[in-house]
Amino acid sequence: MGTALSDLTSLTLAEARDGLKARRFSSRELTEAHLQAMERAKGLNAYVVETPEQALAMAGASDAKLAAGDAGPLEGLPIGVKDLYATNGVHTQACSHILDAFKPTYESTVTANLWRDGAVMLGKLNMDEFAMGSSTETSYYGPAASPWLPPNWSADKARAALVGDKRGLLTPGGSSGGSAAAVAARLCLAATASDTGGSIRQPAAFTGTAGIKPTYGRCSRWGMVAFASSLDQAGPLARTARDCAIMLASMAGHDPKDSTCVDRPVPDYEAAIGASIKGLTIGIPREYRLDGMNPEIEALWRRGADWLSAAGAKVVDVSLPNTRHALPAYYIVAPAEASSNLARYDGVRYGLREPGADIAELYANTRARGFGAEVRRRLMIGTYVLSAGYYDAYYVRAQKIRTLIKRDFETAFADGVDAILTPATPSPAFGIGEKGSADPVEMYLNDVFTVTVNMAGLPGLVAAAGKSAEGLPLGLQLIGRPFDEETLFSLGHAIEEAAGRAPFPEPWWG
Amino acid sequence: MSVDLATVRRIARLARIAISDAEAPALQGELNAILTFVEALEAVDVTGVEPMTSVTPMKLPMRDDVVTDGEIEPQVLANAPLAEDGFFVVPKVVE
Amino acid sequence: MSATPANSKLIKGATGDWEVIIGLEVHAQVNSRAKLFSGASTEFGGAPNTHVSLVDAAMPGMLPVINRECVAQAVRTGLALKAKINRRSVFDRKNYFYPDLPQGYQISQYKSPIVGEGEIQVDLTPEHSIRVGVERLHLEQDAGKSLHDQSPTMSLVDLNRSGVALMEIVSKPDLRSAEEAKAYVGKLRSVLRYVGSCDGDMEKGNLRADVNVSVRRPGDPLNTRCEIKNVNSIRFIGQAIEAEARRQIAVIEDGGVIEQETRLFDPARGETRSMRSKEEAHDYRYFPDPDLLPLELDEEWIDALAAYLPELPDAKKARFIADYGLSAYDATVLVADRETADFFEAAVKHGGAARDPKAVANWIMGDLSASANAQNLPVSEAGLSSAALATLVDLIGEGVISGKIAKDLLVMLLGPDKGADPRALVEARGLRQVTDVGAIERAVEAAIAANPEKAEQAKGKPGMLGWFVGQVMKATGGKANPQAVSDVLKARLGL
Repeated sequence: MGTALSDLTSLTLAEARDGLKARRFSSRELTEAHLQAMERAKGLNAYVVETPEQALAMAGASDAKLAAGDAGPLEGLPIGVKDLYATNGVHTQACSHILDAFKPTYESTVTANLWRDGAVMLGKLNMDEFAMGSSTETSYYGPAASPWLPPNWSADKARAALVGDKRGLLTPGGSSGGSAAAVAARLCLAATASDTGGSIRQPAAFTGTAGIKPTYGRCSRWGMVAFASSLDQAGPLARTARDCAIMLASMAGHDPKDSTCVDRPVPDYEAAIGASIKGLTIGIPREYRLDGMNPEIEALWRRGADWLSAAGAKVVDVSLPNTRHALPAYYIVAPAEASSNLARYDGVRYGLREPGADIAELYANTRARGFGAEVRRRLMIGTYVLSAGYYDAYYVRAQKIRTLIKRDFETAFADGVDAILTPATPSPAFGIGEKGSADPVEMYLNDVFTVTVNMAGLPGLVAAAGKSAEGLPLGLQLIGRPFDEETLFSLGHAIEEAAGRAPFPEPWWG
Repeated sequence: MSVDLATVRRIARLARIAISDAEAPALQGELNAILTFVEALEAVDVTGVEPMTSVTPMKLPMRDDVVTDGEIEPQVLANAPLAEDGFFVVPKVVE
Repeated sequence: MSATPANSKLIKGATGDWEVIIGLEVHAQVNSRAKLFSGASTEFGGAPNTHVSLVDAAMPGMLPVINRECVAQAVRTGLALKAKINRRSVFDRKNYFYPDLPQGYQISQYKSPIVGEGEIQVDLTPEHSIRVGVERLHLEQDAGKSLHDQSPTMSLVDLNRSGVALMEIVSKPDLRSAEEAKAYVGKLRSVLRYVGSCDGDMEKGNLRADVNVSVRRPGDPLNTRCEIKNVNSIRFIGQAIEAEARRQIAVIEDGGVIEQETRLFDPARGETRSMRSKEEAHDYRYFPDPDLLPLELDEEWIDALAAYLPELPDAKKARFIADYGLSAYDATVLVADRETADFFEAAVKHGGAARDPKAVANWIMGDLSASANAQNLPVSEAGLSSAALATLVDLIGEGVISGKIAKDLLVMLLGPDKGADPRALVEARGLRQVTDVGAIERAVEAAIAANPEKAEQAKGKPGMLGWFVGQVMKATGGKANPQAVSDVLKARLGL
């Protein structure tokens, strides 16, 4: 008997859940299989901290519950946690040097929900520092590598790059790059991630996984290292839309400790998987068709519309006229909020402390040493756009544009559109070291399709929709009405079915 | 809109991030690249538009006036780089 | 809305008269159990960092949740100031770095405060009051505390106070003298204590003022002002204003210009000194706190708070004058403190019987206050209940004891016989005054008989009467009614 260990990591979250319930294998076996896979995959740098003892202890407790028939919705399922979630007693640094050695004495609400429902923690996942980035290259721990091989690379070449600076290997995207890499490399059944401008959706698209940024306020932000408070949202990243639905049902929910978290019942999201999409109206926003757009992406987008049409949805053109202002407005609002949220990292109460003759020097040295270049750039932009004389011209104006962006969506929804279909990224995954060194804005352009969703506070889901000609994963994005994640799950599942589920890469690492 | 070196230093001071003379010009270039990028917004007509105050329509929740927290001094100090007798310790503020 | 101040007190400089313009920003700690945005206790004292939650310590991922009672206290205060309650207000972050400000920002209110314009009536004398305008009231967090004197190179930071709710009450620049400013703070403090939104304890730092002072020639436009920060007693507020006004006048008369700056008052030297150098000009980068939503208040909720407001000092004073026939002076003194006013009324109305309010007032303002002050306690807690005071006054009114005996009785009731029933005590100690005319006549005759020469002198020297009254009082153990004694003596001595 016994499912081969490698087979265990090939299960989806839903399959593993069903397998555990049917006692085909134990949580301990499932967890050990993942721990072994993680051991082999250290070179990918998806995990920054592994918690094998804790994982096995949690798995043991889950096995007891499963035996007693007392299983929670995620009982015994091993998952990875993005490093920005506070995990009690465990490394939580948002992959920044400034949080050096920080171990919170508290647990974030979202991860507490997961443990409440029986999940098992494998470790903390790599990310761009303070969630600022689109490639995980700004992480203090170095980039994570995508398990997908760059086009025409041999496994040997890839392995060699792994031990070096990883240059040329594909980025899994960012900021939730570690989460995406781990899910795609089968180092966990699912992962928690977070999304401020696309940090769940872009990595999902780059790695052929599924991810959802729920409606703003759906999940609690308590215990998540804050980047931009009015944009941040917790969400799952997994191998299928169904797995995301299962995860979100546990992650979501009211939290009185977060004043921006809504008090609304959490639906049975999994029930939406496989629900008919007949009669739904899908909007195709013309402003998302960019000049010089990658023709493969454009073709994928059309294909996606055709699939949904074939499944009975009605596809219509819509206009979201303020789309092109979203990215610049985002790069005012997000850094502004971040400049204030990151002021607490000052060397006084936790984290890194650099010496200083007086307190002013301590601050300046600690923050210069502790923050990476991208974070420093954004903090300075944020400080500037809030400063006297510039506040109205930049910050207030950007917040007004945000109102316009939200209004565009509201108009479309009021006109009968149920969801909007767009590309997720302007290109497939690019190579580590390829972008952003000369011009920071080059990296920002990755978010062009995703930031609108955060600016409007809407839910956005990415589903794997196929491969590029070079064999790299491509994703499509669905944007929904506020708190209508169910429709997105139904549509995402339909896209996955139509696209066919491509297998994830076999390990060439380790 | 672009920033000069003096402004770069002033912003770094406001943000309490030390920057060396060697770093300042490159940082100036990066910041100006971003500011150029966001300049496009100046042309947008925002007459009569209110700035967004909350993305999700809801009322600010209020809590009861009950002491539910505190008495966790060990947790508060657990990660302190330097603490003594229950206080955080820092180099003096020079007034 | 702001009244032109009726009272101007010009200062004489070397080159002519100067007018002083004063505005006050009072920070009042809100009376609540828990902090403004966290559930930690606001209790004073406590070992360092024990009244601190993870939110107060600004741990990564922490978020604010507003305390309804703090909002209610601000609304109640606004109502008491006859001010506009803003149905919608916004919390902004005020960003700056300081070790006692763990978030690196203070949650405050900048452009849209919870309370708008209002006013306070300030009694400069019991008969003469001025109206001082209030610009606004907003809620904000207090900072923690740094101790700088424990070590030559290091400071210690205690966050117990960090996050406690403050109301910042900003006056219009309507004040024109140190006296006016002191009276304003005194009245504001009284109103806050009446409403119950702040205990006004300046020694504990629960009420402190930033004082804005400028000077000008009468009729000139407003000049540059300086801000004197964190003055924590009414007396120092007065001294600081006078010191700063003198300083500014001297600077201008010497041909100089006033720099806008923040200063501190040094009570030992009686002068203000500059607090910050020019480079430290703060750019607070205010923006609406994205972890909070705009605060929106229900009409019904505000109405309910208004309905439960206690009678405020001005109304109470007017009622005391009208209903009890008290003088403006007496009414002003009694209503300054709500507990004292309540104590007065309870004594007047005790047992359903009405007694002379003036008599009650005199006892409170005289002997009882003296005892209370000596014990450093408020009148209502000096040791005499309102019922006992009422009984004391009744005993005098009934002629059972004289005023003199009552004074002695009060000493007993505040001391060894605390809590005793005055009537019972009078009987137990035999304190009934002697009103029996026969007994008094016998005592008078005895005194005259014992002192014939003095009795003769008394005819020419009316002052001797007092001496004889004293003798008779001594002989009767102090219990004779002094008025009756005096009358009988006058008759016997032929005066």
